[in-house]
Amino acid sequence: MNRRQVILDLKDLRTRFHIAEGTVYAVNGVSLTLHECETIAIVGESGCGKSVTMLSVMGLIPVPPGEIVSGQAFYRGRDLLALSEAEMEHIRGKELAMVFQDPMTALNPVLTIGRQISEPLRVHLNMDHATAQQRVIELLEQVGIPDPKNRMNDYPHQFSGGMRQRAMLAMALACAPSVLIADEPTTALDVTIQAQIIELVTRLRDALCMAVIWITHDLGVVAGLAERVIVMYAGLVVEEASVDELYDDPRHPYTLALLAALPRIDRRRDRRLKSIPGAPPNLLVMPHGCPFAPRCEFVFDRCRAETPPLLPVAIEHRARCWYDVVNGKPFE
Amino acid sequence: MESIAPPSKGSIANLSPDVLETPPLSLGQLTWRRFRRHKMANFGAIMLILLVLYAFGGAFVFSEAYANKTETGARLQAPSREHPFGTDTVGRDILARTIYGGQISILIGLTAMLVELVIGVTVGAISGFFGGLIDSLLMRITEAVIVIPQIFLLLVMAKYFAASIPNITILGRTFSGSVVVIILVIGVTTWPYLARIVRSQFLSIKENDFILAARATGTSTTEIIFRHILPNSIAPIIVSGTLSVASAITLEAYISFLGLGVRPPTATWGNMLEGAYNYIETAWWLWFFPGALIALIVLSINFVGDGLRDALDPHSRAI
Amino acid sequence: MTRYILRRLLQAIPLLFVISLVLFFLMQNMGDPIATMGGRNVTRSADRERLKRQLGLDKPIIVQYLYWLAGNDWAKADLDGDGIAETPGTRRGVLRGDFGLSLVNKKPVTQVIWERLPNTLLLMLTAEAMILIFALLIGIYSALKQYSTFDNIITTITFLFYSMPVFFFALVTMYIFAVNFKKWGLPYLPTVGMFEPTAGKTPLQVAWHMVLPTATLSFGFIAGYSRYIRSAMLEAMGQDYVRTAKAKGLPKPEIVYIHALKNAALPIVTIIALDLPFLLGGAIVTERIFGWPGMGRLFLDHVSRGDTPVVMGILMMIAVAVVIFQLIADILYAWLDPRIRYT
Repeated sequence: MNRRQVILDLKDLRTRFHIAEGTVYAVNGVSLTLHECETIAIVGESGCGKSVTMLSVMGLIPVPPGEIVSGQAFYRGRDLLALSEAEMEHIRGKELAMVFQDPMTALNPVLTIGRQISEPLRVHLNMDHATAQQRVIELLEQVGIPDPKNRMNDYPHQFSGGMRQRAMLAMALACAPSVLIADEPTTALDVTIQAQIIELVTRLRDALCMAVIWITHDLGVVAGLAERVIVMYAGLVVEEASVDELYDDPRHPYTLALLAALPRIDRRRDRRLKSIPGAPPNLLVMPHGCPFAPRCEFVFDRCRAETPPLLPVAIEHRARCWYDVVNGKPFE
Repeated sequence: MESIAPPSKGSIANLSPDVLETPPLSLGQLTWRRFRRHKMANFGAIMLILLVLYAFGGAFVFSEAYANKTETGARLQAPSREHPFGTDTVGRDILARTIYGGQISILIGLTAMLVELVIGVTVGAISGFFGGLIDSLLMRITEAVIVIPQIFLLLVMAKYFAASIPNITILGRTFSGSVVVIILVIGVTTWPYLARIVRSQFLSIKENDFILAARATGTSTTEIIFRHILPNSIAPIIVSGTLSVASAITLEAYISFLGLGVRPPTATWGNMLEGAYNYIETAWWLWFFPGALIALIVLSINFVGDGLRDALDPHSRAI
Repeated sequence: MTRYILRRLLQAIPLLFVISLVLFFLMQNMGDPIATMGGRNVTRSADRERLKRQLGLDKPIIVQYLYWLAGNDWAKADLDGDGIAETPGTRRGVLRGDFGLSLVNKKPVTQVIWERLPNTLLLMLTAEAMILIFALLIGIYSALKQYSTFDNIITTITFLFYSMPVFFFALVTMYIFAVNFKKWGLPYLPTVGMFEPTAGKTPLQVAWHMVLPTATLSFGFIAGYSRYIRSAMLEAMGQDYVRTAKAKGLPKPEIVYIHALKNAALPIVTIIALDLPFLLGGAIVTERIFGWPGMGRLFLDHVSRGDTPVVMGILMMIAVAVVIFQLIADILYAWLDPRIRYT
């Protein structure tokens, strides 16, 4: 059992988008918990609702077209979704910080790096200009930007991709937040730089005792980073387990398929990588039955009729499936 | 319990899978569909049709001779049963004149647009396709025309050509030669913007692989231009051409309003306004009806142009 | 940067040269300068010939252009019109700031323009200030309240105004605020001139007389720009960096006016700088309707009387202004956007 205190508790979150073509059912009842200093990973294909879930928590869903239909997100006991915009402004960037996927577009092209990093310091910690400048230099040093005194006056386009993401991290960490949400922060980067950023986040997390939610579509990067993994599909959590458990004993057919699609050095070379047949779900239609049913190799009648609940399958391990993949037969 | 709430009936019924998997539409069908969804554009299109019916259908109600008949005894009469829009300074019926004036205004708008299109597309296409010395030469000329604000150039050119063209007779109707002058003058001063658009279209399309493929298979230059590049750059040309009709009608109104446009007795919505501001206190109907008609047609065309722009936008995701 | 500006200015020289050449040729058919100059009393052909020689109009057009451009004080001119060029010319040419004499009132062109320029600038600058203030207010506000009732109403009105010809707006506002307000006994706006002759040219009188012309000159631009600013702001507000700013917990004003506006301003600033000289175009119609003694009316009066030197002077001045404002637009863009550096 996890004895650390729960810092973020998300209950039955549902988020939709009302667009010209209809309603997109992006998040359809997600619950998850995050403990202090813990790192969890949310894994799933693009469009599975993993980013939307965390953006909803941060209050960053544009409304309209977005709408948070129901749910609660307790941060240290306060429901973030019930807070006013003004109250949320004090939480965002100070208690919960977020790093985004593409550091090129996520940084403002017409403001200097230094200014962008100093903004949360000014707003949340009321630092004066000189103190903030000093802190910006420290932060840039911390994330490994050489010559921070001069580089802080540069604009984003003068930074390389990896350096931009480091600057984004410095910005997110400026107020020493309790929770860092990293939304695919390495997807837009080269593999070597990817490893550096992951290493950096791990180091900073340990130094600051910060809880991290790492959103990714790549099960491969999760291994050395997270303690627990949450697999999402069609706006639902389909499986939740510790990293080791998930790799060794996956219970949901989708997780199985994901792992089979992953190249691994410990497997025989001549084994073919398997792709998942079929297309990702159409979120314009409210899923009826198990959303993975059309692509599932174990599918049977009940899957199409009823959506399975998220049920415990082992200690600290839950899966949303009617089929027992271990015994090769449906659950009773 | 974390199961999904039962779906509401409406949302499923509206978006059943077979609706989403209709066969792909052709570009024309797609454009038409998007255009029909554009409320403002529909309003504009309907208004436009009504205005054209007014100008050309009205000719069956009033004869042109009636529109040009002066009756000094009945000058500056307020709208009445006999003259619904009143009469002008020499006693001509304003309603009849807005009908015949509308014909000329619309005609000027369309033909000036054609002149602009011919020059603009030719210059832009040559410039963009051949590049190099021709391009920089043509672009300098384009720049030179743009540097002088259009209305100044129009006035100078209208003055330059004024009175040098005699009246012309087409289909038994006599038009003031100044109509042709105005059409040419407007066309000759408005093309640079279109030329720039076409040039940039040509520059970007020229670099595409399918052009390279066409070249590799020995397709002739003219065929590449007319069969491959032009059809692909037609969308901005259509939009810009539509909006040009509106701006040509406005420009004609400006120069006629300033007294250098189409000469009487031929009526246009623009020249009916000439000198009307002298009667601002005494005879509002002199300027109101032709002015409102110009404003209305320009608005309608702009709405249609806006709708076409959205409908033809290849980046638009709307169905 | 200095090198870039210098290069651009050098490039402008051939452009202005070509423009002046073409315009000069266009001018030749604009009217009968002899009639303009002498009125009706020059009917004898001998007199016409003499006047023509005095004005140098007997020379080939290319020589006339050369004299216009570079003056004729280095050549012999026939000032008494007896057919023999014996005295040195007096004109110094455009290149040395001499635009010649007006055919209508024989005053130097520069002086004629100079007398009217302040009036037009007063109108233009006031209008430009109104345009900026209202377009920004309306554009930003309706972007922030996208799809609200306010936004929908504003979108409709801006579209209406954007399509409305200048004269129609002028006539309608005149009719409402001058004619009918007077009729109803309300304080009404004046429609003609810069001031009441009886009251004199006081600042208050001029300001009162400027209300309608300024509104007429600016409404179309306000409508156009506010639509543009709205869409530029909407685009900027949808960008990732705005989400980042929000994720940092910045207060809304800081997100809107610093993060979004600074990006949205880039195209807006360029367009405004490029359009500024074109306000003059609107000024022609406006000044004509409201009897405003500015450059637009000067141009119109002298075009219809075929006063080539004045018309050439005004057109060349505008051409130079447009070229300079194009350069200013580029410099402003580079100054606002750190990604662009001109060398």
